[in-house]
Amino acid sequence: MTDTTSPKLASAKPSLLYRIWDHELCYSFRNSPLTVAAAVVTLLLILSAVFAGFIAPHNPFDLASIDLMDSELPPAWTEDGEARFLLGTDNLGRDIYSTILYGMRISLLVGFASVVLSAVIGISAGLVAGYIGGKVDAVIMRIADIQLSFPTILIALLIDGIMRGILDREQHDAMIIPVLVLSIGISNWVQYARTVRGSTLVERNKEYVQAARIIGLHPILIMIRHVLPNVMGPVLVIATLGLAFAILTEATLSFLGVGMPPTEPSLGTLIQIGNDFLFSGLWWISIFPGMTLAVLVLAVNLLGDWLRDALNPKLR
Amino acid sequence: MSKHLLEVKNLRIEFPTRRGLLTAIDDVSFHIDEGEVLGVVGESGAGKSLTGAAIIGLLEPPGRVAGGEIIMNGRRIDNLGYEEMRKIRGREIGAIFQDPLTSLNPLYTVGRQLTETIMTHTDMTPTKARERAIELLTEVGIPAPEKRVDQYPHQFSGGMRQRVVIALALCVNPKLVVADEPTTALDVSIQAQIIALLKKLCRDHGTAVMLVTHDMGVIAETADRVAVMYAGRIAEVGPVRQVVKQAKHPYTEGLMGSIPMIGHTGEKLQQIEGSMPRLTNIPTGCAFNPRCPKAFDRCFKERPNTIDVDGTEVACWLYDKEAAHV
Amino acid sequence: MAAFILRRLAQSIIVMLVVGLVAFFMFQFLGDPVNQMVGVDTPVAEREALRERLGLNDPLIIRFGKFVVNAAQLEFGLSYQHKSPVTDLLLERMPATIELSMVSAVIAFALALPAGVYTGLYRNRWSSKAMLTLSLIGISVPTFLIGILFIYLFAVVLGWLPSFGRGDVVTLPGGWTTGLLTASGLKAIILPALTLGLFTLTLIMRLIRAEMLEVLRTDYIKFARARGLTNRAVNFGHALKNTLVPVITVTGLLLGNLIAFAIITESVFQWPGMGRLFLQSIQEVDLPVMSAYLVMISFLFVVLNLVVDILYYVVDPRLRVEGHGSGH
Repeated sequence: MTDTTSPKLASAKPSLLYRIWDHELCYSFRNSPLTVAAAVVTLLLILSAVFAGFIAPHNPFDLASIDLMDSELPPAWTEDGEARFLLGTDNLGRDIYSTILYGMRISLLVGFASVVLSAVIGISAGLVAGYIGGKVDAVIMRIADIQLSFPTILIALLIDGIMRGILDREQHDAMIIPVLVLSIGISNWVQYARTVRGSTLVERNKEYVQAARIIGLHPILIMIRHVLPNVMGPVLVIATLGLAFAILTEATLSFLGVGMPPTEPSLGTLIQIGNDFLFSGLWWISIFPGMTLAVLVLAVNLLGDWLRDALNPKLR
Repeated sequence: MSKHLLEVKNLRIEFPTRRGLLTAIDDVSFHIDEGEVLGVVGESGAGKSLTGAAIIGLLEPPGRVAGGEIIMNGRRIDNLGYEEMRKIRGREIGAIFQDPLTSLNPLYTVGRQLTETIMTHTDMTPTKARERAIELLTEVGIPAPEKRVDQYPHQFSGGMRQRVVIALALCVNPKLVVADEPTTALDVSIQAQIIALLKKLCRDHGTAVMLVTHDMGVIAETADRVAVMYAGRIAEVGPVRQVVKQAKHPYTEGLMGSIPMIGHTGEKLQQIEGSMPRLTNIPTGCAFNPRCPKAFDRCFKERPNTIDVDGTEVACWLYDKEAAHV
Repeated sequence: MAAFILRRLAQSIIVMLVVGLVAFFMFQFLGDPVNQMVGVDTPVAEREALRERLGLNDPLIIRFGKFVVNAAQLEFGLSYQHKSPVTDLLLERMPATIELSMVSAVIAFALALPAGVYTGLYRNRWSSKAMLTLSLIGISVPTFLIGILFIYLFAVVLGWLPSFGRGDVVTLPGGWTTGLLTASGLKAIILPALTLGLFTLTLIMRLIRAEMLEVLRTDYIKFARARGLTNRAVNFGHALKNTLVPVITVTGLLLGNLIAFAIITESVFQWPGMGRLFLQSIQEVDLPVMSAYLVMISFLFVVLNLVVDILYYVVDPRLRVEGHGSGH
């Protein structure tokens, strides 16, 4: 009703920027300092990983620049530290700070790619199961149930093991990033599928779907256009929390020695390398990558947690 | 006249939101006498249920009583602590909620839920309480109560469950029952039975009822007096006959006009134009002014006082005798 | 009741068959077992004879049948790497893993239950918020990193607890080895069990909290309050019981998770369990060990889930009635 709205609001249409700023989601974001901090940290870490080549003082992969004489130096602020190596060096003389930046790049790359893969598999499976229904639905959801009763780390390890069986060692090492993405991606599709299937089931019987069929449009196209916007919120939450989980899984696999090799280390590999030196007191080799990993995952988790609460109307 | 059993004076309920305070209930006053049935009607969002929740002291945060008083049996209860209020809930003021399907804990037998309520408020032994539970089930018309008492809620139909809920609300003979839309979730065929049961039981026990509903038909049949609410305010309170037959407030008139009556064939059902304003957007003056066919200048400027017209209290400027209204 | 259990049992068997199929294909198509058993210079004819003897030339379905029959008898052949029966290798290490997982589970549940209930009931207290943030850190710091930190702090810096191994073990009748009966064994299990349990602890705590919040919003809780029940009766009599029903369903999953995550903990603490063997088998592509571990672990999961299902059935009356009841 126009006559009850105040004239001030009706006359001045707020700018798009203001409307975004004023939006419920943005409001809850602004009012949660922890979330803002998490967002800033996440953004900083992602940027520093992307621009590692410009930021890092050393290139840990450039063998020519590495001097074994520099190995096992403690952080710069300790007695034996050198200013060149802010966070110290590892057993090969690589600068820890630089390896962390490059390592994080790999961790994030694998993380993002696995999330995309999980989402694509999960959303398609959910759409198909929900739309076709019947036996197809039963089979897909049965597989999902079975997979869900197995811990993801086990499935990821298993897929990694199978890939090792298919590829020989050199091939496997060369293909390690796709192999990791595949392992982690496949082990995490179920949640997407369940969410999308639920929403698809609701939409399937609505009239516009019937109408689309009558005018000869393929209903699945229509479904995608209508179902996807509906599930964007939940999918975004799953994807954010999934990113944190994927980064953790990759780090774990690498730590266990079945992920990124020491020649091309991710954060998990770095921690694993440092683990061997922990007893000789060289704590900085694993502690700094470990802290970076924890902070990155925590920041992403905080964002995901906030998003879930902000999108859940019941908790407002 | 005896002292009122329940008196609500200038009740004000607010919700703090990011855009400032939202006043959901604004200056609401009414009373209920012993053994009386007060019907509270209005559209959804008019504040009926909130008022009920405030009386039993179970307003959901962040909502809070920001002003006014609630007096039960001469004792102010709106400012009591949780523990003191808990002793009043169930014991002095019973409550019945909208949906019987979700009001009972699915994991406990009906008998266990009855006995725990009885034993909370009295010092009956478990055996005694169980006997009382069976007695109550009989009273609310549940067949084979000895057997049913040990069954779980999902083994009862919707209507039967609401009977159990009524038994729970009345199990220690409270003086007042706040019944919030007790039949809305039920089949039409069962609604009448449940209302009749509630009415009979309360009359037998001398229990007063605050019957919140949006169904004018139920009110006309059951209530002694009616309070009509609109946008968090009282529009009109009066004896049911008067309000139904000769509605004073234009809003009530509209409400009555929208009810089909038997024997009034040929008449068109009327509809009130527009919809209730949102709480963020209540107009100055009378809240009903944008929709009121009889609104005049004053209605847009001043909020109407409550005016007594033949025993009915009306918040409408049309009845202000001192004003030079023609 | 019987029908319900039978249905669940049938589902469990299907799960086991699917797992068996995966294990079987892994075994059959990744690497030729014959190559693993003979030298490089073995003539083709001899290889062929071996293939025939091993039944590798039989039709697929028969080979799968044989695999299932063998697996049911815990017969998985020889490990490529250790050259000894896989079953012996696994069974030898099983007590270490089970013991570790169970101690972790006890720690996790004993702490998570009160913490979850507390944070659910008093969600606006600062102590709840602190616990919640702490639990998020628990989820974000990977298990292996916690293990490393524990080792560095308690073993390297303070020197209180051992950093690796199981300590002295006692062999019980029936061949089960336990470290819980010796002082060194008890000392040795503290760090690994805490490390392994921490993630599950935070997970259960958050789950109970979320479930508790959900239940506290329901009508029957509001109605229970409206009946004037004491806070104690409402929170612990009504809300807690209803909270625990869905929690029970994930318990099986979480226990399974603990056994699987033991892979990581065992690796960090060099704990002589099945997980470490499995990890080595992946690195070495020791297929018989991989598939045997998969089948045995799945069997454990399935049994756990079955037990949990039955438990669920006992707790929730709604399920009980559906069981014997459409003819009512």
